Amino acid sequence: MSEWWTYRAEDFLLFSPRVYWRMFELHNAALWPLHLLTLAAGLIVILLIARRPGSGARWLALILAILWIFVGWAFLWNRYATINWAAAYLAPAFAVEGVLLLIVSLRGGLAFDRRGLAGWAGYLILGFALAGQPWLALLQGRGWASSEVFGIAPDPTAMATLGVLLLARGRLLPMLLPIPALWCLLSGMTLQTMGEPQAWAPYAVLVLAVAAWTWTITRRRRSPDTRMADVLKENGT
Amino acid sequence: MGTTRRTFVRASLATAASALLPISPHAEQGLPARRPIPSTREEIPIVGLGTWITFNVGDDALLRDECAAVMAAFFEAGGRMIDSSPMYGSSQPVIGYGLQKVGRPSALFSAEKVWTSSGASGPAQIEQSRRFWGVPKFDLVQVHNLLAWKPHLQTLFQMKAAGALRYVGITTSEGRRHDLLEQIMRSEPIDFVQFSYNVVDREAEARLLPLASERGIAVIVNRPFRQGELIDRLKREKLPEWAAELGVSSWAQLMLKYILAHPAVTVAIPATTRVDHVRENLSAAAGPMPDLAMRQRIAAHVKAL
Repeated sequence: MSEWWTYRAEDFLLFSPRVYWRMFELHNAALWPLHLLTLAAGLIVILLIARRPGSGARWLALILAILWIFVGWAFLWNRYATINWAAAYLAPAFAVEGVLLLIVSLRGGLAFDRRGLAGWAGYLILGFALAGQPWLALLQGRGWASSEVFGIAPDPTAMATLGVLLLARGRLLPMLLPIPALWCLLSGMTLQTMGEPQAWAPYAVLVLAVAAWTWTITRRRRSPDTRMADVLKENGT
Repeated sequence: MGTTRRTFVRASLATAASALLPISPHAEQGLPARRPIPSTREEIPIVGLGTWITFNVGDDALLRDECAAVMAAFFEAGGRMIDSSPMYGSSQPVIGYGLQKVGRPSALFSAEKVWTSSGASGPAQIEQSRRFWGVPKFDLVQVHNLLAWKPHLQTLFQMKAAGALRYVGITTSEGRRHDLLEQIMRSEPIDFVQFSYNVVDREAEARLLPLASERGIAVIVNRPFRQGELIDRLKREKLPEWAAELGVSSWAQLMLKYILAHPAVTVAIPATTRVDHVRENLSAAAGPMPDLAMRQRIAAHVKAL
């Protein structure tokens, strides 16, 4: 693209806010009452984490995997791509996240024993994604019909996943983080370009998640146990 | 943009030349005035219909019907040119839906674009666009935003020679790459050029508009209201009393008349989702047009607000 520096975010916005929010109305109407099932799946996710599961972590990852693949196909591919051709390129990213979560489900690569600030931030984000995000439509005068619901719409699904990952530990965690984090960034930019106040929601979730991870990593590096482990590793003992 | 002496002299000469243009009787009958396409002398109404953002409504049946109503009102008020692009999301199938609903009016002047970085895939994209519209062939196909303009122009000239389209054009927007556009206007036998021009973005007055007149190239003006930004900015301001001399009742009409009065402009293509607005836009193409002094007054007044 020539003279890229002359382009603004508005130049890439292909649709009006009215068309965007009506898209959620139509999507919700087409899928109702599936929302009850996806919200129930969200509550099961919270319960499985709260019980600090062993094998339950596999089921948790499986639930998220199914929902990521479903949202990528039903919302991004079949609906959002009709007004935004870029969504056709984003839908496969949702499928990739789903496949990664499936791998985690099969290999059991996550443990849910995170405590402290990261844990609380994870619960806060998870709670907001399930119970807070759907209210934003009402608060902005659009009514329930265009609410974004976990497992149906991409924003609460990505936010809830970030919340879950804040509560988790495991070697596969770094692979699972980029797609939901990037989606929150992209969605915030889209909403901001449309002039929608609720752009703060994905931005705030992203900032909170990054802050919690930064705090966790910094604290881990400073802890005596970690320093001792590093010394032992350096001495080859 | 500041008005230099050279710009002022060019604009004065252009406006003086407009007095010599054939007067369209349509404007006197309340229909939109027409201007000839220089390469064929075919006359076309000076207000068309853009579809950027406004017609990208996806599969939403209610909004598709609203777009069809806008198209029906556009044709009923004497409009002809509808402009779209493969870049505009679902706008092309929505136009096709609207055309089917209003009965494919013979007045339609279909203006499309080719928008792909691969010259080889241009013909397939144009054919896909034609299917979306449901027309036998396009009147005009333009190279969108100068993307891969060399191979696409070659394709379009071949299609024109074979009778698969009637006119060839090239587009840009928001003042980008005017130097290259000018070079193409000087060197290629294009029928149409499309760029942004409005009461505050007046860069085209200096070189592009005079060059289009000189080379006999029809001009399509996009973003006449800066994608609605100018209307939003001015809606709280009172329309000046002297605007009544032009028979206008809104800022949109005054800003459109500013553009349409430039003799090098062939068609302006405001986009809208509302039937009352499309009628308002077309009515700006009828009645008296501002002379040079009035155009300067409009520009100065808007700039001062």
